[in-house]
Amino acid sequence: MKAPDFAYMRPDSLDGVFAALAQYGDDARILAGGQTLMALQNMRLAAADVLVDINRVPDLPDIVEEPGHLLIGALVRYAALAESPLVQQHVPLLADAVPFVAHAAIRNRGTVGGSLALGDPAAEIPACMLALGAEVILSSAAGTRTIPMREFYLGLYETALRPDEVLTAVRVPKRRPGQFHAIDEIVRRRGDFALAGLAVSGVAEKGAVEAISLALFGVADRPVLATDAADLLIGKALDPAQIETAKDAVIASLDPPDDPITPPAYRRHIGGVLVQRLLGQIREKLA
Amino acid sequence: MTRAVKSVAIALKVNGENVNETVPVRRNLVDFLRADLGLTGSHVGCEHGVCGACTILVDGVIVRGCLMLAAQADGCEVETVEGADATGRIAKLQAAFHQRNALQCGFCTPAMLLTAAALLEANPAPTREEIRDQLSGNFCRCTGYQAIIDAVADAAEAGE
Amino acid sequence: MTFQAPIGSSLPRDRAKRLLAGRGRYIDDIALPRMLHLAFVRSPYPYARIVAINIAQAAAMPGVIRVVTAADLEGVVEPWRGTHNLFPDMKVPVQTALATDTARWQGEAVVAVAARSRAEAEDAAEHIVVEWAELPAVSDAAVALDPAAPVIHQDYDGNQAFTAAVSQGDPAAAFADAPHVVEREFRFNRHTGVSLETRGLVADYDPTSDRLTVHQSHQTPHQQQDLYARLLSIPEQNVRVICDDVGGAFGLKHHLYPDELAACAIAKLLGRPLKYVADRLESFLSDIHCRDHTVTARMAFDAEGRIIAMELDDLFHAGAYSQYPRSSVAEGNQIIRVSGIPYRHDHYRAETRMAYLNKPVLGHIRSVGHPIACAVTEQLVDLGARALGIDPVTMRQWNYLDDTDFPLTSMGGIALEKLSFQACLDRALERVDVDAFRAEQKTLRDAGVYRGIGFATFVDLTSIGPEYYGEGGQHISAQETCLLRLEASGGIRCYTGATDQGQGIDSGIQQVVAGVVGVPVSDVKVNSGDSELCPVGGGSWGSRGAALGGEAALRAGRELRGNILNIAGVLLQKAADSLDIRDGEIVDAESGAAHMTLDEVAAVGHFKPYMIPDDVDADLTVTARYASRGRMFLPANGLHVAIVEVDTDTGLIAFHRYLVVHDCGRLLNPMLVAEQVRGGVVQGIGGALYEEFVYDGAGALCNGTMADYLVPMAVEMPDIEVEHLETPTGTSELGAKGAGEAGTTGAFGAILNAVNDALAPFDVTLSETPLTPTRILQALGKI
Repeated sequence: MKAPDFAYMRPDSLDGVFAALAQYGDDARILAGGQTLMALQNMRLAAADVLVDINRVPDLPDIVEEPGHLLIGALVRYAALAESPLVQQHVPLLADAVPFVAHAAIRNRGTVGGSLALGDPAAEIPACMLALGAEVILSSAAGTRTIPMREFYLGLYETALRPDEVLTAVRVPKRRPGQFHAIDEIVRRRGDFALAGLAVSGVAEKGAVEAISLALFGVADRPVLATDAADLLIGKALDPAQIETAKDAVIASLDPPDDPITPPAYRRHIGGVLVQRLLGQIREKLA
Repeated sequence: MTRAVKSVAIALKVNGENVNETVPVRRNLVDFLRADLGLTGSHVGCEHGVCGACTILVDGVIVRGCLMLAAQADGCEVETVEGADATGRIAKLQAAFHQRNALQCGFCTPAMLLTAAALLEANPAPTREEIRDQLSGNFCRCTGYQAIIDAVADAAEAGE
Repeated sequence: MTFQAPIGSSLPRDRAKRLLAGRGRYIDDIALPRMLHLAFVRSPYPYARIVAINIAQAAAMPGVIRVVTAADLEGVVEPWRGTHNLFPDMKVPVQTALATDTARWQGEAVVAVAARSRAEAEDAAEHIVVEWAELPAVSDAAVALDPAAPVIHQDYDGNQAFTAAVSQGDPAAAFADAPHVVEREFRFNRHTGVSLETRGLVADYDPTSDRLTVHQSHQTPHQQQDLYARLLSIPEQNVRVICDDVGGAFGLKHHLYPDELAACAIAKLLGRPLKYVADRLESFLSDIHCRDHTVTARMAFDAEGRIIAMELDDLFHAGAYSQYPRSSVAEGNQIIRVSGIPYRHDHYRAETRMAYLNKPVLGHIRSVGHPIACAVTEQLVDLGARALGIDPVTMRQWNYLDDTDFPLTSMGGIALEKLSFQACLDRALERVDVDAFRAEQKTLRDAGVYRGIGFATFVDLTSIGPEYYGEGGQHISAQETCLLRLEASGGIRCYTGATDQGQGIDSGIQQVVAGVVGVPVSDVKVNSGDSELCPVGGGSWGSRGAALGGEAALRAGRELRGNILNIAGVLLQKAADSLDIRDGEIVDAESGAAHMTLDEVAAVGHFKPYMIPDDVDADLTVTARYASRGRMFLPANGLHVAIVEVDTDTGLIAFHRYLVVHDCGRLLNPMLVAEQVRGGVVQGIGGALYEEFVYDGAGALCNGTMADYLVPMAVEMPDIEVEHLETPTGTSELGAKGAGEAGTTGAFGAILNAVNDALAPFDVTLSETPLTPTRILQALGKI
């Protein structure tokens, strides 16, 4: 199918983007990497009337080191994220996550900001940002606000972004001493959206878990933090019994949406399997 | 282009040649290359970014030609299989594909070649697993992939 | 009979070089002056009455030239019925190019828009208002055959399309008395071909000469020529169908599609060229589908493990119509004919029942019915082996037909000339150390790793003979013709009725001609895929190109060679039979001494024909034909061996090894045959593990995109070892049998058996394809 007869604009500043959003409102959609939006346009699914291309907006940041954080601009592409020495050094979970994202040609074009703003429930980067305790920066003509990832997703493809706002960057805490991480997902084929996935980030101190976040993706209408399981692990050693307990807590907490191809029971089950596998891996690494 | 428009004049370089055209903004890059420039070596297999048949190079990296607008290629350098063939950049891959019969119908082949070439430029001695991973987003219904993997490995050995 | 090189050599293909340079010519690459583009409005419902169609707004939209409904095509294009006279009792409803008053599957074409661009045609299609009255859809054969079910075709009193049965011996008594009986219900879900190039055509009609030229992505140009001539009432000699490069076909592209016929009809209506290329989304909804069978089967064994009897009941969940021109009988019919073939047994009964459903039409896709027949048979053999405590290899060795049994007619009525079941297994056992695998399997199981090995013995009914479709009343050529022309410069042009969609038939035929005439392969140029230029033939489908097209090429090559030597004999004043052609030179047959070059002979033949006496056969353009007689098929055979690992936590399956031992008689080009096998295996893996159309409760498709309908991709596929045996058929001189479907035929069975072997410790058996992770975990009781 060919895309419908939409209009296109390419503002040369963030102010231009804001003006476009003000003018076109719900009819407009921001075009970043386009790796989802273009496919939807081509399929004439919920097609937008006006695409506002932000690819040449100069005032969006690249990857910037800040005290305690990395600031990652919305237009940073997956491939650049994985190749960035700053990311590899300070937020290695993100570098490890990128190979799970689709395929090389998609990773060359798809952007961090696009992935976060879309919020596909089975996507890797939103879950990683959730596990890392990142915060997104949302800008509009009225100013800039910062929202923690855990408050950003409100439902299926529903975010805290207001119609006049642009997600311009995400601020990610740098790793601390003792920090561990892991990511894995269950897919039928490499690069597919996950049937279930798990991103883990945490800190261990003297063999005990001081902090941990378990962000699951592909199992709900948005990426979700398994807080019950995390609470159970805090202050404990990652021994097999604790891992089993965490797994059970995760399974109990999941209620995946029904879908004609993959039943909820399957996603719930492999969510548990991932918890067991990744915590097992972390346990081995910590030992 | 700070106003919303339905068509746009673009200037870009395609396979080393300067191109100046006016295109409807809804036309995606691979349709532009095929229909407006006659570069029919890039193929359209799904138009939703999954099959990989439209893979081309924009500013030196492989992208899906169906997931980018022609309007977005304004000012870019685009390379298709026709260009890569003409410069000899993929000659060793082409020779290896031929010898291994790593293509049957040939519809996926131009994209396979460009995707494989991108791997060999970054990693001249890939393992079979790395080759399979690089080609993971390119659908081939004919070969079963093995001959393609063999051919890319041969080309790597020959120093593509 | 031995043949000289390059017959039997693994040469690369000529055509490949062009495709590697991006110089292929597929349908969407063609642009003709004044060409229009077509898009369709398709039924969003599986079953609905068309109350009204309003085209007013669409017709006025930019770029729109004409909006066409079924009413506009009346008198332009005839309706058709997909009958088969060997099955005279089949109910065969009338089908039309566009739905008239009722749409019977989701995706059936209802309205067509011709516009200056495809995008504008789609824009307008969105503004066509169809008022629908939805009807309750029938989407399962068991429901469809219930007398209370809604009837899909009002002309008939039920949805049962046809039944067919075969019976030999006394199966009822054999089962009653058997010491061991195993029984299973199998489910093979619906999938399709997914050629990477979708279906498409450019139809060009010139009213001043009543001439239709169709460029089409298709396997059978001559068949399409006949269909377009008849259904569009154009003299057949004025219709030309050209199939240039075809981007994959797999059986998908040897049918008549209503939307494609509508495109030709609209081209005729408008008198200007028109392009229709199905997009991927409409391909999933409108391409021919395959499989969709529920099979209940059982096998009886004596106390020692010898097979006594087999019974099978097939419920065939077909589509809304019987496909044209072949009809939809074959998949069910092949299942009841092919099951059980490799094994000696005396009692057999099999029946198929086909029901019409509100789903896309079921047709012939790579390996029609065979994967099901093979999987059912092979799983029953494994279940018998397990029940009797015999290992699967021994079970097969005991029960295979062997050399002393041939020739024979199978229980299903298939004439078997000579097959090599035992030899294939022997070769496999040279390559796979089963004892070592069993030892490793046991060790791994103790560590919680579950690997299994699966064997699947298969028979492939290749190269169908003319009687099946001839007696069926269908205009389908099952013979082949080859035309050779020696050019004045010594090169040979070859025209074949077989077609090449990438398999390499062109190369196989090129090698036959070069080998038989005695010239370098580069001196032979093969042309195919043009119903006007090429001599009549059936195209390529049903594993026929090499066997039939190759034999015709052999005959033509021999005739041309004879005429060349006749001329040379006159010029050299020697007996023609004392001469030979080697590497393009006329030589003395005994000494090999060179006498003259081929171009010298050719130049005389072309420009100095007066030098040749009238009574000497000296035609340098020759045609030869091959039509088999008195045989329905050329059965080929082989064995698949799969070793898989099942992750019992996730239900994912990974391959550790895959071997095919394959016997398709004489090999024209072993590399190309091996590549056919590999591609076929991966398509089989698609059906066995990944590919399945999922419908919701109302019969609507849930996974009609490339993201949701899973085809096999590179990372998950195994390397596939291929071993060749050669048992040539004696029914032709060349001795080749078909090869294109063998890979798919055995894959379902080998994988089912391997997975069930892996899961043996859990005492579960899976018999439904695809083997999705969900089905694995459900069988294991984990979800």
